[in-house]
Amino acid sequence: MKKTDILMTGVGGQGVILASDALAEIAMKAGYDVKKSDSLGMSQRGGSVVSHLRLGRQVFSPMIREGEADFLLAFERLEGARWANYLHQGSVAIVNDLAIPPLSVVGGASAYPGTAEVEEILHRYTDRLFIIPGTRIAQELGNPQVLNVLLVGFLSAFLDIDEKSYLDDLSQRVPQKVLQLNLRAFARGREEALARTQGK
Amino acid sequence: MRRLLSGNEAMALGAHHAGLRVAAAYPGTPSTEILENLAKMEDIYVEWSTNEKVAMEVAMGASYGGVRAMAIMKHVGLNVAADPFFAASVTGIRGGLVVISCDDPGMHSSQNEQDNRHFARFAKVPMLEPSNSQEAYDLMPWAFQISEEFDTPVLFRSTTRISHCKTVADVKEAPDIERKRPEFIRDPHKFVMVPSNARPRHPLMEERIQKLSSYVETFPLNEVILQDRSLGIVSSGAAYQYAREVFRDASFLKLVTTYPLPQNLIRRFALDVRRILVVEELDPFIEDSLKAMGLTVMGKEVVPIIGELNPQILEERAAIAGLIPKPAAMYAVKKAVRDLPLRPPLLCPGCPHAATSYALRRLGFYHTQPEEETPSGRRAIARKRQGIIATSDIGCYTLAVYPPLLALDTCACMGASIGQAHGLEKAGVTNRIVSVIGDSTFLHSGITSLVNAVYNEGRGTTIILDNGTTAMTGHQGHPGTGLSARGETAPKVVIEDLVRGIGVRDVNVVNAFDLQAIEETIKRCVETAEPSVIIVRGACPLHVRGKGQPMVIDLAQCDQCFNCLRVGCQAITREGNEIHIDSTLCVGDRCAVCSQVCHRKAIRVQQK
Repeated sequence: MKKTDILMTGVGGQGVILASDALAEIAMKAGYDVKKSDSLGMSQRGGSVVSHLRLGRQVFSPMIREGEADFLLAFERLEGARWANYLHQGSVAIVNDLAIPPLSVVGGASAYPGTAEVEEILHRYTDRLFIIPGTRIAQELGNPQVLNVLLVGFLSAFLDIDEKSYLDDLSQRVPQKVLQLNLRAFARGREEALARTQGK
Repeated sequence: MRRLLSGNEAMALGAHHAGLRVAAAYPGTPSTEILENLAKMEDIYVEWSTNEKVAMEVAMGASYGGVRAMAIMKHVGLNVAADPFFAASVTGIRGGLVVISCDDPGMHSSQNEQDNRHFARFAKVPMLEPSNSQEAYDLMPWAFQISEEFDTPVLFRSTTRISHCKTVADVKEAPDIERKRPEFIRDPHKFVMVPSNARPRHPLMEERIQKLSSYVETFPLNEVILQDRSLGIVSSGAAYQYAREVFRDASFLKLVTTYPLPQNLIRRFALDVRRILVVEELDPFIEDSLKAMGLTVMGKEVVPIIGELNPQILEERAAIAGLIPKPAAMYAVKKAVRDLPLRPPLLCPGCPHAATSYALRRLGFYHTQPEEETPSGRRAIARKRQGIIATSDIGCYTLAVYPPLLALDTCACMGASIGQAHGLEKAGVTNRIVSVIGDSTFLHSGITSLVNAVYNEGRGTTIILDNGTTAMTGHQGHPGTGLSARGETAPKVVIEDLVRGIGVRDVNVVNAFDLQAIEETIKRCVETAEPSVIIVRGACPLHVRGKGQPMVIDLAQCDQCFNCLRVGCQAITREGNEIHIDSTLCVGDRCAVCSQVCHRKAIRVQQK
């Protein structure tokens, strides 16, 4: 039961919490002690969302310290860069290449960081950075809402939990009519990760 | 059975398994999910009460009727419920009575971060504090048992990180307790608190705390962990988990009975370790007691008194105090990360509060005079001259204080807006004044203030934003919704009938998405010499789902005035000088407020 700290970040409405709930449940069933803590702020839609997920033999604090996250799973670029200082050398950062500009940017008060800038910020902390076109792939699969399952699929390739656990959880969690779509999204995310890590 | 449960789920399940019969609550972050979970269980009466005071009184009544009962609220809710809470301490109980207070250190979604542990000592009632979901579940039967054994309400104190964090808990499949049968036995000496009956109760309360002090000495869930004896940590709640993380080798005394404290246990622990650090969030509640016992302890000189604690803050402060070696890299907010644009909370696309907020910003124009000093010596940010002053209340609409809406001038606590507006008026402030309050908040504690304004000849305008639900906490029912806590049909209080009944003659009902009607009604009402009410009605788009025909922008018509951005809608963005409307976020013509602010008529409903 290796200590594994996962930070999942995004924007309200993207399904970050649903994804971390599912992953927490899967990890518990796989035998880990699990603690999970979400910060949602006040807005239902459009605010920064961060979910701390900690797995291990025995976990005390439900919150991850700066520099301690082993994985960052960011559903949006800016929300990926924002948590960069939680990473350490060797951490895996997975960032969905999607920009949701906050209103301060829209109003012209500040600038939205470009992909290169986000990469640069994250690279200061870790070399293992994966920027993936998750939203585009989800759209190709037929529904941008499956982004969260796709990203969990990508992350799953790095975790010490067997694939069947994820599939079992999905089968229980999502309605029958969208199950096939969700299974495809998971498989696609996982394949993407395996393709990118082979030979490295 | 091993389950991954939030503290709130665990408290609900624990109470159910302890034979809870009646639960009453008013929604408030981070407490809301407790009653929502209880509502999924059979054989428990659950209700959303109109406010926390009523919830407490309902739970008291149920307890007097001999069954196990519970009142649930967020920390500031206990301020509202303080009167009956103190009264319940005096009368004592019949069926076990547990009061859950969920505090919010760090103010994730609250107006203050008061430490409600003080309420236990203040009201002379015992308090239990879980440090994870397992304890939240395990402590609940104890809470009811203590309540009944010592004839007292029990304060069950949680915090945001206990209530909302999910941790693994081993729980039973089903209740294994015979529930008490309801029966009221008349006993005026106990239940009728006229002074002659109340006086003999006070000695009983003092005696009760003495007995509880002995009882908690052997309470099985307090825990001593003896490791390295050079440092002993006394802690409770979420802070205990952070301390375990940071002080890996230290000895620990974990307390779940934080009032009254097990003094002998603490003294024995003090003899076992060389020095003591009290790790607690917010106030030095345990620390002060230990010092009063004559013990030498460290506390708030190391652990911050302000804000939510976490392992990082604790590690830093402990390192500075020399209690642990300095971590390899001390934390500092890195500049690159700090300079990133923030994502402040916003109204959702299609929010029925957007048009009213937009109107209030326009009617409440500011004069910025940074050079002027206010009486407090601090510089005034803005001075309103002729503009309308808008006192606000607690709800989603409070988000209209942020840019670009900047619509509101005050927000204090539930129901305060109407009284504050009345006070501003009576002070002689010459601006026109409106108070802005949601439907749920109005029914919670706005009604009596409106009665006051009518009686005391106020002329203020009360805007009741009626979105048909308690939106901010996640769409709970309230008396105006016609839905019960279980989601079943319930009698409905009609707000316009209610305010007419109070004696308001100028009552207006306006469509929440009709900007012109809202603005004209406000303008008219603030000029009248009598109190007026404007009910702005429109459904919350996250509650009543469904999209209309999408809105589109004709860029050829757009003259880049960017008025549409001032609505603060997340669906409207700007790239360079081009406005975009995100059709996946836009709720379409069921809102269409953006098209009403576009003087070029460039935003239109997409033709089919």
